[in-house]
Amino acid sequence: MRFSENWLRTLVNPVCSSDGLAQILTMIGLEVESVEAAAPPFDEVVVAEVVSVQKHPDADRLSVCQIDVGAVDNKLLQVVCGAQNVDVGMKVPCALVGAHLPGIVIKQSKLRGVESSGMLCSAKELGLSERAEGLLLLPKDAPTGMNFRDFYTLDDKVFSLKLTPNRADCLNVFGVAREIAAITAVDFVLPDIEPVKSEINDAITVCVSNPEMCPLYCGRVIREVSLNVSTPLWMTQRLERGGIRGINAVVDSLNYVMLEMGQPMHAFDFAKIASVRPGKVYVRYAKSGEYLELLNGEKVELQPDMLIIASENGPLALAGIMGGIQSGVQLETTDLLLESAFFSPEVISGKSFRLGFSSDSAHRFERGVNFAATRNALERATHLILSICGGKAGPITEVKNALPERNIVKVRLGRIKRLLGIDMVSRQIAEIFARLKFTFFVEGDVFHVTPPPYRFDLKIEEDFIEEVARIYGYDNIPARLPCPVMSMLPESETINFSSARLKHILIDRDYREVINYAFVDANWELDFANNMSPVALKNPIASQMSVMRSSLIGGLVANLQFNLNRKQNRVRIFEIGCCFTNNEDNYQQTENIAGLCYGDAAPEQWGQIARSIDFFDVKMDLESLFWPERVRFEKFSHPALHPGKAAQIYRGNRIAGWLGEMHPRLQRKYDLSRSAILFELHTDSLSTRILPKVKKLSKFPPVQRDIAIVVADHISAHMLLESMNTEKAAIVSEIRLFDIYSGKGMEPGKKSLAFRILLQDAEKTLIDKEIDDAIAKLISILESKYNAKLRG
Amino acid sequence: MKNLENLVSEAVILIDRVENATELEQIKVRYLGKEGELTKLLKGLGALPQADRPVMGNLINQAKKLLEEALDRGQKIIEEKEMIARLEGDALDVTLPGRGLGIGGLHPVSRVLVRIESLFRSIGFAVASGPEIETDFYNFTALNIPENHPARAMHDTFYVDNVNLLRTHTSPVQIRYMKDHQPPIKIIAPGRVYRCDSDVTHTPMFHQVEGLWMDENVNFSALKGILIDFMQNFFERKDLPIRFRPSFFPFTEPSAEMDIGCVMCDGKGCRVCSNTGWLEVLGCGMVHPNVLKHGDMDSEKYTALAFGLGVERLAMLRYGVNDLRLFFENDLRFLEQFN
Repeated sequence: MRFSENWLRTLVNPVCSSDGLAQILTMIGLEVESVEAAAPPFDEVVVAEVVSVQKHPDADRLSVCQIDVGAVDNKLLQVVCGAQNVDVGMKVPCALVGAHLPGIVIKQSKLRGVESSGMLCSAKELGLSERAEGLLLLPKDAPTGMNFRDFYTLDDKVFSLKLTPNRADCLNVFGVAREIAAITAVDFVLPDIEPVKSEINDAITVCVSNPEMCPLYCGRVIREVSLNVSTPLWMTQRLERGGIRGINAVVDSLNYVMLEMGQPMHAFDFAKIASVRPGKVYVRYAKSGEYLELLNGEKVELQPDMLIIASENGPLALAGIMGGIQSGVQLETTDLLLESAFFSPEVISGKSFRLGFSSDSAHRFERGVNFAATRNALERATHLILSICGGKAGPITEVKNALPERNIVKVRLGRIKRLLGIDMVSRQIAEIFARLKFTFFVEGDVFHVTPPPYRFDLKIEEDFIEEVARIYGYDNIPARLPCPVMSMLPESETINFSSARLKHILIDRDYREVINYAFVDANWELDFANNMSPVALKNPIASQMSVMRSSLIGGLVANLQFNLNRKQNRVRIFEIGCCFTNNEDNYQQTENIAGLCYGDAAPEQWGQIARSIDFFDVKMDLESLFWPERVRFEKFSHPALHPGKAAQIYRGNRIAGWLGEMHPRLQRKYDLSRSAILFELHTDSLSTRILPKVKKLSKFPPVQRDIAIVVADHISAHMLLESMNTEKAAIVSEIRLFDIYSGKGMEPGKKSLAFRILLQDAEKTLIDKEIDDAIAKLISILESKYNAKLRG
Repeated sequence: MKNLENLVSEAVILIDRVENATELEQIKVRYLGKEGELTKLLKGLGALPQADRPVMGNLINQAKKLLEEALDRGQKIIEEKEMIARLEGDALDVTLPGRGLGIGGLHPVSRVLVRIESLFRSIGFAVASGPEIETDFYNFTALNIPENHPARAMHDTFYVDNVNLLRTHTSPVQIRYMKDHQPPIKIIAPGRVYRCDSDVTHTPMFHQVEGLWMDENVNFSALKGILIDFMQNFFERKDLPIRFRPSFFPFTEPSAEMDIGCVMCDGKGCRVCSNTGWLEVLGCGMVHPNVLKHGDMDSEKYTALAFGLGVERLAMLRYGVNDLRLFFENDLRFLEQFN
């Protein structure tokens, strides 16, 4: 909503600057987006009359003009002018010698030998327009000699409001004035509008098929108007500053009333409402197959939920949205049918969005228009049109049905105090409601308030409490820190409610956190999750963001590529985020934690031989996440992973996730020169921790024994350790794999593993026999289960 | 026995002057070796009269002890000197960089989230969460956003099917939490949200933190108190100017928009605040009775305050990030600045 400050101040004029006014508006909830000068600063420009025009003796394109600038001594100025439209008798703005225009200062000068004492101006030269279309023509009756800024009321500011959708009542100058009056307690009375006496008998018949969608329709015929007149300057300027382009005197008048009172209106060319009975107008839903060519040139196929104005021959206008071009008003139009109606927000809303365009009318109707002003607006528009275009008005035809109900709302003083947290008395509330011009009465501490017809946002008690707060001033409500009964928040030591701890473990191990979009390229889902039916968006913003990820890996690989392209060749990143799968239209949403490592194991540095990061480096990172619990890694096959370098991770019997090297096929596809190590875990597998229960520390020194065995290649370290740990003697406190060997000197298909065994008893020193027995038992376990041979 | 005294003092002087172990050894041999001067004196004892022997023997032994002590002392000094010399040779260039892995870092959005959570936890707000694929009931209907509201149109909301969508705000967590808990309720709900919008100032995914406090006497004055306290602590500026303006959200009544004095220009006016000196940072209000009803709460008995803030916005202001898109490009050179 844009409007001229000067216009507003003719209605309500508080003692404050433009900035002060903007501050007031913003602080009552009508946010001022900008306040701009209606014209750039300039001075010494006056209204002038061109008295004579002669060709410049030495320049074809220049004219030498004698100009009347209203000088006291009636002296004319000689001005050399380059504009082609200069003509005797015209009124134009003239900058006098010494004038400061945007970018230039006017000096006494000679143009090709001819003296020039000023400059005749175009709109562009004065900064009023982007384009120069010759000299700016002023009305014939413009008073010669008058300061041009005053004549054109250029010392004005254009306010631009960013209104919230509930405040449609402020989509017009009256509405804004009403708010200013309420907050500043400056008086504001709506101007009286006298009904126009009808001079002709032409009346229309209106047939409303859906009264609930159009509870009020007023129409009036005006004959013998002339559109060959220009819209008065004051009106053009208020419209322009309101952001509305001038069209013709009739349309401008209607737009003016809309900007003034908030009532969108429409004028039909009465002669073009071709019909057997031209006086009959229908308000009805469109039928399928009906078309209408609108004023904006678009031909639309009407849909059965669109309300239209029609004659017997078919659609004339999309009710409350836009008129049809065929019945529109043109310069040669002489007879008008003016429409002022109340269309229900429900029937308008969503339609213009569906059609792909908006209009000032639809914008207002879908938010709610003052239904108490419908008829008055028509009277006001009639006055304006008659005074500008002449003509004779007929009587108003009004079809009125049940208007929106305005139920009395009970507003309790106690509730106001309780919700706002301030102490108020009845008198204050009554004063606020009175200033807002609400109709109300008081019963004890209860206010019975009727929402005004222009407020569609006041329905319940809380809505009125907001009104109280607004006028009282949000800034006047004290900010208080409450002192509630204190109790501590539960803080579990065994359940991780947040992933903060996981993040910090990885960060401490040199990983950097990334955040990627949750919608991804469907190809990533295929490549990295083998997911052929991902959760798809109905309306993605781009094809490469069309499905919801079921794995975080795709995003990490994209981050890797992005950074490799920026010469970052060592990448260690992780992400925690929601992953989505579709299980027969039951969407599963689980949080995953995934990582990617690429490049050297350590940052490039001195004194350390660089080597690529491998499976086992990252394995330790994952083990740290679960520490001190030991998780199991089992050989695993995954389409995105190297078949021999992938493991599924188990915590107890539950799958926690996986770890592996990217499949060389994908490495090639994603153009990576080295292999990437990837992992992905479900964070819920990491959501619990063991509460430490301390064991007694032994006072006796541990005994250490090493055993080396030879087993077949396929026997995993885990199997050996698992068997020994399950069946070992109680005094064996730790079994650690410390060496592994295969190759030269070893029988093919065999490998050697060396274990370091720690033995300890909490109560006594171990004797040799106990130690030997315990070791022998371990060896026998390995021999019997895995056919292991003790290495000599 | 002047001779003996001279011998000792002469030897001590020599010992104190030695430079290395070899010299010390030579001195030791010279006095205490087989043919050493003191040894000779000791051997010469037998030639003395019987009566002088004990006295003389005693004196020689004392001299020997003194010499041995001096030699020990000399030995220690030499060892010390040798160690100093050896360690000097081992000296490192301590300015060389340390070895091993570096340290990673949190994403700036997470970092701000951690900060917000810890500030709100400090006044007793628990952290709650909810699903990102929501139903239109929780995302709209329950929040008093009617059927034909523009926000429901496809241009704002990502739909998965006719009823399921990507949540457009964290507010649905309010309803879910109300349905499962009894007042007093005091939560914040951080999370990712989605809107069909992508340009210089909008990304299709971003983060919000929702706040909800419901009890028997929660009011607008408390809402102001909490949010002012939060913002001033977040920016660590007790003098941060703050204002509340009436606004409109379907799920709160009264509703307010909270502005802070521009932290980039101290309110003087700059590009970031569009020369207004103010920055819009969050929306808030008293929870609408219809929303309380959808959460199965008695709106006569309980009142609630709620707020929702944009995390990226706060991160940009806090760390001087001038381009929203940097958060989701994951350029390591950007992320490395948040260690």
